[in-house]
Amino acid sequence: MIQTRRSFIKTGGVTVAGTMILPPLLHSCRNIQLSPDLKSFLDHFEVTPQMLQKVISAAMAKGGDYADLFFEHKISNTLALEDGKVNRAYSNVDYGMGVRVLKGDQTGFAYTENISQQDMLKVAKTAANIASDPMTFNQGESLEKIPPNYYKISQKWENVSVEDKIPYVQKINDRVFEMDEKVTKVNASLADETAYVMFYNSEGMFTYDYRPLASFRVRCVMEQDGQIENGSSARSFRKGFEWLSDDLVDEIAQEAIDRTNILFGATKPLAGEMPVVLGAGGSGILLHEAMGHAFEADFNRKKTSIFSDKLGKSIAKDFINIIEDGTLENNRGSINIDDEGNDVKKIYLVKDGVLDSYIHDRISSNFYGVDPTGNGRRESFRHVPLPRMRCTYMESGPHSREDIISSVDYGVYVDNFSNGQVNIGAGDFTFFVKSGYLIEKGELTQPIKDINIIGNGPQALADITMAAGDYKTDNGTWMCGKGGQSVPVTMGLPTVLVKKLTVGGISA
Amino acid sequence: MTKDEKYNIARWAMQHALDNGAQQASVSISNNNSSRVEVRDEKIDKLEEANRNNMRISLYVDNKYSSHSTNRLNNKKELGRFIEEAIAGTKYLSEDEFRSLPDPELYYKGGGEDLKTMDEAFESIDPQQKINHAFNVEKEVLGKDERIISITATYSDGTSGNVMVTSNGFEGDTENSYYSLVASVSVKSGDARPQSFWYETSIFHNQLIKEGIGEQALKRALDKLGQEKINSGKMPMIVENRLAGRTIQPLISALNGRSIQQKNSFLIDMAGEKIGSDLLTIVDDPFIVSGRGSRLFDREGLATKKRAIIEQGVLKSYYIDTYYGKKLDMEPTSGDTTNLVFKPGDKDLQELIASMDKAIFVTGFNGGNSNGSTGDFSYGIEGFLVENGKLTQPVSEMNITGNFNQFWKDLVAVGSDVYEGSAWRTPSLVFDNIDFSGI
Repeated sequence: MIQTRRSFIKTGGVTVAGTMILPPLLHSCRNIQLSPDLKSFLDHFEVTPQMLQKVISAAMAKGGDYADLFFEHKISNTLALEDGKVNRAYSNVDYGMGVRVLKGDQTGFAYTENISQQDMLKVAKTAANIASDPMTFNQGESLEKIPPNYYKISQKWENVSVEDKIPYVQKINDRVFEMDEKVTKVNASLADETAYVMFYNSEGMFTYDYRPLASFRVRCVMEQDGQIENGSSARSFRKGFEWLSDDLVDEIAQEAIDRTNILFGATKPLAGEMPVVLGAGGSGILLHEAMGHAFEADFNRKKTSIFSDKLGKSIAKDFINIIEDGTLENNRGSINIDDEGNDVKKIYLVKDGVLDSYIHDRISSNFYGVDPTGNGRRESFRHVPLPRMRCTYMESGPHSREDIISSVDYGVYVDNFSNGQVNIGAGDFTFFVKSGYLIEKGELTQPIKDINIIGNGPQALADITMAAGDYKTDNGTWMCGKGGQSVPVTMGLPTVLVKKLTVGGISA
Repeated sequence: MTKDEKYNIARWAMQHALDNGAQQASVSISNNNSSRVEVRDEKIDKLEEANRNNMRISLYVDNKYSSHSTNRLNNKKELGRFIEEAIAGTKYLSEDEFRSLPDPELYYKGGGEDLKTMDEAFESIDPQQKINHAFNVEKEVLGKDERIISITATYSDGTSGNVMVTSNGFEGDTENSYYSLVASVSVKSGDARPQSFWYETSIFHNQLIKEGIGEQALKRALDKLGQEKINSGKMPMIVENRLAGRTIQPLISALNGRSIQQKNSFLIDMAGEKIGSDLLTIVDDPFIVSGRGSRLFDREGLATKKRAIIEQGVLKSYYIDTYYGKKLDMEPTSGDTTNLVFKPGDKDLQELIASMDKAIFVTGFNGGNSNGSTGDFSYGIEGFLVENGKLTQPVSEMNITGNFNQFWKDLVAVGSDVYEGSAWRTPSLVFDNIDFSGI
């Protein structure tokens, strides 16, 4: 209800807020064979092109410049383990369509959970009210856009029984307990989601997407000499059931163990400004918060971003290239089409240190007179599209990790994060460090934990003075929040040195 | 959906579950309507309307548990199939001896006072009037200062209706309404474009404060110009009343049954112990008429009770639901907060500030987190440096870091300025010895 222009990111906790279980709700109810072509999507939503054209006409009847229809059917399942057993399951079915009408950069929007001609016309009329000059709309030729497939899978989650998923959740519990005798509690969950999306607009374009998403999480609690600590690990991909394996179980289990173990004996650094070395991978949260959100063109269109007048200007060292990519294979942040039907692209936000592109949706790309970048995303059919990130990362740089660490006299090395946030206008961003190390005289020494780091976006970007050749993508369960909408994203970074950030800690 | 329609579907779904293999079930059906208008540059920027339905069904099948939700409520055949498949899936899970519906003795059984959480005039508000509210908020500040670069004003309102039935005898329903007006203003001076906002909310349209919101947002944004970070060090901290919930949240989370049983709490086995200063007294009061968190029963149907949570720093009560109560062998008290009522102090915010030699007055948090198991925390903050009782410098890009066990013992003053626009009715709070990181 309270909205601010802040945006935040967090990793999905182990606490499951969603749901489970049985597959083929649809198949069983409707006897429809789903296939990735338009006909099957139309059948899936029980609509015809003629119906949709009528809805578009109603949406445009008050003189809108543009209208689109977004259909979505999402089935989510979660299996969760507590106190040693897979003893809970959750599921959710969400179904509906939204109508958006644009008049200049003004938006009218309404949705319905009943996809009947009557209900669609009703919400189209509501959304149409953003404009006020009655007109008759003549729909032109309809075109079908066949989307690429950045997430090929072999075993759809809808076809996998609960029975086949349970053993993996049980296994990760057992592995974590085997790996360390200090473990006293384990929470684990396996969540899968399948979304059918169909899109049609007043320009006559039809397109569609099938979006699988799976997340596997574990959290463990350890006790030692009266101290209790917990650590977690997760992986998430747009992959099918074939993704699950014993190796994956071991990888996640080991990471949770390592992340918890380091906390015993960890201390807090001295409070204040100091060099911060960001380890490869999850440190990409720096890019997401310090610049990614501020590059979102809605903030720049409204001139509220600290980067609003920086396009084409040098904002970082010339070895820095920052990329926004929605096309990475099976990546959690990838989408075959964006939620406005646009092609998804890999774009350079920063090329050789120069601000090269903002992150656009339809409204902002029209405003700036540039091609859409495929960043128009929505949480669901209940939401309007906004410029959003997908996978945001920095390419490898010319330095080595060893040289970076040895260049620091007193500072911190951080590589495990839980959440971050940014104030778009002031440019102040933060990220919370679960664990890392002190750097003293060029060497990693004492572990540190539970500190917030805060900096200013443009300053921090200019202060990245070294970047190593060890780029890594973080495939955790990152969820990005903006304007009350959450979308899945990823990030990545090589090891970098930020000359100066303010580190939470204790006073000397 | 009318209340009767919701009851009909809920009873039908529950019976269908019982007829198809569940020994117990609970069903809630909710229906939310909302509208929202956002204005910018004297035009409507966004106009949105929403109408959302949902059913949640919790199933207890052969000592196994699962919970499911759907928004496809129109077709009984499909809904029936959804429930049957959910029951079939539940049978693959492991048994959980602690799962069951609550003891019916603890259910709310009717006869409670009308807590007045619904505006009966909701449907009669003219849509044009809503749009005008937003335009009026913008008008307050339009052209008032040349440093303004953006003003957004948003009006939103909504109602929600919920019914719940359980197979061991509970039936109950709730209705709520809300109205809100928010102004968000960005100003520019140099490279920095500080932005601030202000909001008012109400359960009743005729009680919604509609004036001064734009002005307050503009003032708060202008006050941020010239923000700097200052030297690191230990100082007292004053937290503005509307923000104080941010410091309370980890404390409440540590009192939750699941946190305790899963060892994600720094307050395990602390009932009756001193966990905060003498000034810390919090009562959970569900019965405040038109309180934002007022309710006669909780999410499980348990009758709510007014109870002391913390009394003069001593922990009196946890938040325990039926399931974790059984796991912990504790009496369920309800797992949900209602209205949290602080015992206020006798100084208002201005007097608190005036009483400080040197402190930081926090008006915004920026990110950060805490460690549930240990109570360690670290948050980004912005606000003002207080020197000799006066605000002397806006500050930002700083962190506070500490541990909640000590933090609440360092509570040295509580304001008289209780913010009543939230279920957690917080006054401004003053803490001593806070570690600030700056330069």
